Amino acid sequence: MSNVKKRLLKEKLAKGAMQLSGMLITGCLFFIVGTILYKGLPYLSWEMISQTPQGGFYIGKDGGIFNAILGSLYLASVSTALATLIGVPISIYVHMYVKSGSFLERACKLLFDVLFGIPSIVYGAIAFSIMVWMGIRASLLGGIITITLLTIPIVVRTIDELLKTLPIDLKHVTFSLGSTRWETAKMFLRYIRPGIFTAVLLAFGRAIGDVAGVLLTTGFSDNLPKYIDEPAATLPLAIFFQLSSPIPEVQGRAYASALVLTFIILTIVICTHILASKQQKHKI
Amino acid sequence: MHAYPSIQTAEAQDLTALSTPHIQIKDLNVIIEGKRILKDINLSVPNNSITSIIGPSGCGKTTLLKTLNRLVDDTKGVEVSGSVLVNGEDIYAKDAEVTHIRKKMGLLSQKPFPLPMSIFDNIAYGPRIHGERDKKVLKHIVETQLRNVGLWEEVKDRLDASATRLSIGQQQRLCLARGLAVKPEIILGDESTSALDPLSTQTIENLLIELKKDYTIVLVTHILRQARRVSDYILFVYNGEAVEFGRTEDILLNPQNEITRQYVKGFIS
Repeated sequence: MSNVKKRLLKEKLAKGAMQLSGMLITGCLFFIVGTILYKGLPYLSWEMISQTPQGGFYIGKDGGIFNAILGSLYLASVSTALATLIGVPISIYVHMYVKSGSFLERACKLLFDVLFGIPSIVYGAIAFSIMVWMGIRASLLGGIITITLLTIPIVVRTIDELLKTLPIDLKHVTFSLGSTRWETAKMFLRYIRPGIFTAVLLAFGRAIGDVAGVLLTTGFSDNLPKYIDEPAATLPLAIFFQLSSPIPEVQGRAYASALVLTFIILTIVICTHILASKQQKHKI
Repeated sequence: MHAYPSIQTAEAQDLTALSTPHIQIKDLNVIIEGKRILKDINLSVPNNSITSIIGPSGCGKTTLLKTLNRLVDDTKGVEVSGSVLVNGEDIYAKDAEVTHIRKKMGLLSQKPFPLPMSIFDNIAYGPRIHGERDKKVLKHIVETQLRNVGLWEEVKDRLDASATRLSIGQQQRLCLARGLAVKPEIILGDESTSALDPLSTQTIENLLIELKKDYTIVLVTHILRQARRVSDYILFVYNGEAVEFGRTEDILLNPQNEITRQYVKGFIS
């Protein structure tokens, strides 16, 4: 085989492998969405979305999952907001103020990589043992703290990657105009603003979908979450409980709940994309 | 260690004595990650003139430029020793204020780099961070500086447009105007025309020649013809050492050092 033919064959193989991976993941996505639509749609009703569980809800009688929808929205949005407020300054500090290549910089990055990789059940277990020690019971607050801790590393790592992509010239321009580090950091934030939305989106997705972190810390309740120091329901847990039931009616509702969760995430994704694209008035 | 004779030849000392040195570099050594990039540099940059730093790629000329506004501080694993005096003040002194030093030196980098904002805001950025809030004053600064670089007529109707929409030559003039807006004393150019077309290059060169009556200008260039066209003085750097410094015509036509002679004649590059 001639050299050109060999190279063209390699090109075709590589392209084929990439297309195959793409098709595989798209297929999986369609399969998942298809399953929850097929199994859940018949059970989805306005009653289910707008009501709290009544007596006998978990054996297939009246009621809905409004408590869990609200609980999850509270938990995920507050945690994501807190994680962003805490995470962005951390990334900026490590990137702008800590000396590049220093021990502190490497230690910070390693620490956040480790934190990023710790499973949420570990966060949950640690938070739970602290709560027991302090005499706090499972509550919305406990969940918010745990999920905030869980999502901070996501925000920090994403923002750090974004900051790394900024050209060194940008720093040189602002520095040579006499900017302080903080003024330069503000310019950096301006550049990566669309990317911050991505970080927020990733954090929100993780927060709203997490089961293990909230299992021990937030508990579960059939009531609407009214107070921050009371247990609250969350969608993933509601799905888990209903799916464990042998009653087909309840299992069907589990899929309907999954549909609601997927819809919430989809809405957030679309909103984030719209917001992010509006942010980039002056492109690089 | 010194492979080349000191640059402080009798002649060189003579000519720096004629005009007041704006920048004085004394025994400057720069080590980056254990490698000596600049070795015992001594140099006096005369006031209100253009000094070009020439030399082969990787000889340390850009590092030398960056030590002048302490951008070199930002390099990983850098150690600087010696002193750089601007108006007699050591910018590497312990109590030296970096932002203040950098404000005195406008930097024109290799590629124009407009900030992600409008043409107006690009120029106003510097004055704003230094505390100018009055819109009238800002407008005046923007117009004056755009006129200074000959860009006013071209952009006066679209000051709100994104600066990145300008052509690359216009962008470089915008960057020059942006630098001038913070009232520097010195302009540093790091191969500032290497990304530009010949016409834009000529515009920038002419601007620099015009600006030297108010500013001290230090340029890094690898184009000998450019150094000949614009500069009053030339410093030849080789392997991190300042080999020869003198008037442009002396360095280019009658270099004293053998390596300088080989470089300007094109035997080494």
